[in-house]
Amino acid sequence: MNQDNPINTLNIDDTPYETLLTRKFIQRKPYSPDNPNKILAFIPGIIREINVKKGLEVKKGTQLLILEAMKMKNSIQAPFDAKIKSINVEIGKMVTKNQLLIELE
Amino acid sequence: MSITQRLADFFKRKKTVAEGGGEQAIQKQVAMGKMTARQRIEALLDPGTFHEYDLFVEHKAEDFGMDKKNLPGDGVITGTGEILGHPVCIYAQDFTVAGGSLGIAHARKITKIMDHSMKLGIPLIGINDSGGARIQEGVNSLAGYGEIFFRNSQASGVIPQISVILGPCAGGAVYSPALTDFVFVVDKISKMFITGPEVIKTVLGEEISMEELGGAKVQAEISGNAHFYALSELECFEQIKKLVTYIPWNNTKKADKFPIKPPRIQIPIEDIIPKEPTQPYDCRDIIKSICDDSEFLEIQEHWAKNIVIGFVRINGDTVGVVANQPMYLAGVLDVDASDKAARFIRFCDAFNVPLLTLEDLPGYLPGVDQEHAGVIRHGAKILYSYSEATVPKITIIIRKAYGGGYIAMCSRHLGADFVFAWPTAEIAVMGPEGAANIIFRSEIANAPNPDEMRKQKVAEYTEKFANPYRAAANGYIDAVITPQETRDYIIHCLKISNSKSVRQIKKKHGIPPF
Repeated sequence: MNQDNPINTLNIDDTPYETLLTRKFIQRKPYSPDNPNKILAFIPGIIREINVKKGLEVKKGTQLLILEAMKMKNSIQAPFDAKIKSINVEIGKMVTKNQLLIELE
Repeated sequence: MSITQRLADFFKRKKTVAEGGGEQAIQKQVAMGKMTARQRIEALLDPGTFHEYDLFVEHKAEDFGMDKKNLPGDGVITGTGEILGHPVCIYAQDFTVAGGSLGIAHARKITKIMDHSMKLGIPLIGINDSGGARIQEGVNSLAGYGEIFFRNSQASGVIPQISVILGPCAGGAVYSPALTDFVFVVDKISKMFITGPEVIKTVLGEEISMEELGGAKVQAEISGNAHFYALSELECFEQIKKLVTYIPWNNTKKADKFPIKPPRIQIPIEDIIPKEPTQPYDCRDIIKSICDDSEFLEIQEHWAKNIVIGFVRINGDTVGVVANQPMYLAGVLDVDASDKAARFIRFCDAFNVPLLTLEDLPGYLPGVDQEHAGVIRHGAKILYSYSEATVPKITIIIRKAYGGGYIAMCSRHLGADFVFAWPTAEIAVMGPEGAANIIFRSEIANAPNPDEMRKQKVAEYTEKFANPYRAAANGYIDAVITPQETRDYIIHCLKISNSKSVRQIKKKHGIPPF
């Protein structure tokens, strides 16, 4: 179980400490802020319906598509008035969590 | 029937049932690299001490052709025995009988032995090797699990509960081990998960093997669900035997006293700690230089390595050690480290094991991931557990005790009975660099040579605050002691704390941030 990496440094309160890093620490994901224009799959599942087309102007609350997951059909709606910039999925295709479904502009 | 015939009949019945799932199923079990349930019990318990109950229990299920199925012992062996002379209640699921699946009769055998362990006040050991619920028994099978979980919760803090995962332990079944105090796993044999690879694949489209999802390594290193990791079943049993010697039979007793032995490894502690407070060392070297025979039973060795927990004996008595580990992540507290230490502290408190805290940490781990993972609520666990603990609490500040970390690591303020610091201790609100940068910000910025000024201010702060004497002047630490005196101080403090009593506020129970 030893996949330890060589000595590294960790900065706490302006002081660099020499130390080993844990695997979990090295593999942590860097934070990136959410882009509200990108509609991501909040759960893995299958796309059952796509109700909009590229270039379409939609109002807040318009159903964009249906994502079926855990036997539930989830209606994915426009979070605000926007134009559809791109549709990145197809009907019947499986999507993973956080996969880009639709991009707005 | 004559008495001889009756006896012969008895032996025949016993033999059939004791064979479990029969020759073919046993061969399959062996082929998987696993011992049989009966072999496991024999290997774990002292020879000749196992006494079996409920051998002739039978299921009463009728649906789906179950009425024609004969399941010896209903797939579980239960009884009592001894480990190195310590009495235990034990059950072992028998995978050779219907895949060790849990039906109501199987569950009732387990709950019966659990009730025994509670009444008798002796530890419970459960060996898990089961495909899960016996689907044919429907809701009865679920009832069985629920009754086990209920007893696990009731027994928590009353008797030590040990779970040994020697096969699959999947679905709801994993919640029994999760409710117990110590979980043992064996490489390539243990598999624990709530939803298996099949379900994950159909529902989510993610492909993963059982081993990668919930194998022994994963549980020991990533999830933190397991406390002990072994490469073979026999090694696992040796670990259990060792653990049993460190813990008491129940919450009204103390762990057995052992013959006093001086530390075997006596590295001069000055040689362990580097001069620079920013350099790492292995805190286990300090633990081993303090405890009897340098024998340290580390718990959750592979998970949250930035904190070290485990049992030692000092002057023959069991002591629970919590130590920051500067070798990993500079010994900071984070979500996992807090979780790991807090649960251990509560175990020690519940079972009358004094706590020794060795402190050397620069604070909490910074990071978005930490904040978003709830380091506030997880970090609070360690404060809660130390504050709540009424067993003797001794804290030794080895080097850094900065900020929130200083408070969290069993400070005087959280109710430590004795707080000692080595002359190398730095008890301050933060490290000199960080503090100087904040306190003297404008002086540094406005100086003709800011770097020079910063250096000067850091040196000034180091001189004034990076020592144990400010805290000592306030009575927050009881004494500054040398590394060589440390064992003697601990022995003395444990001795005089023997009849420690704390007046507790009457309440049903607290609401810890767990």
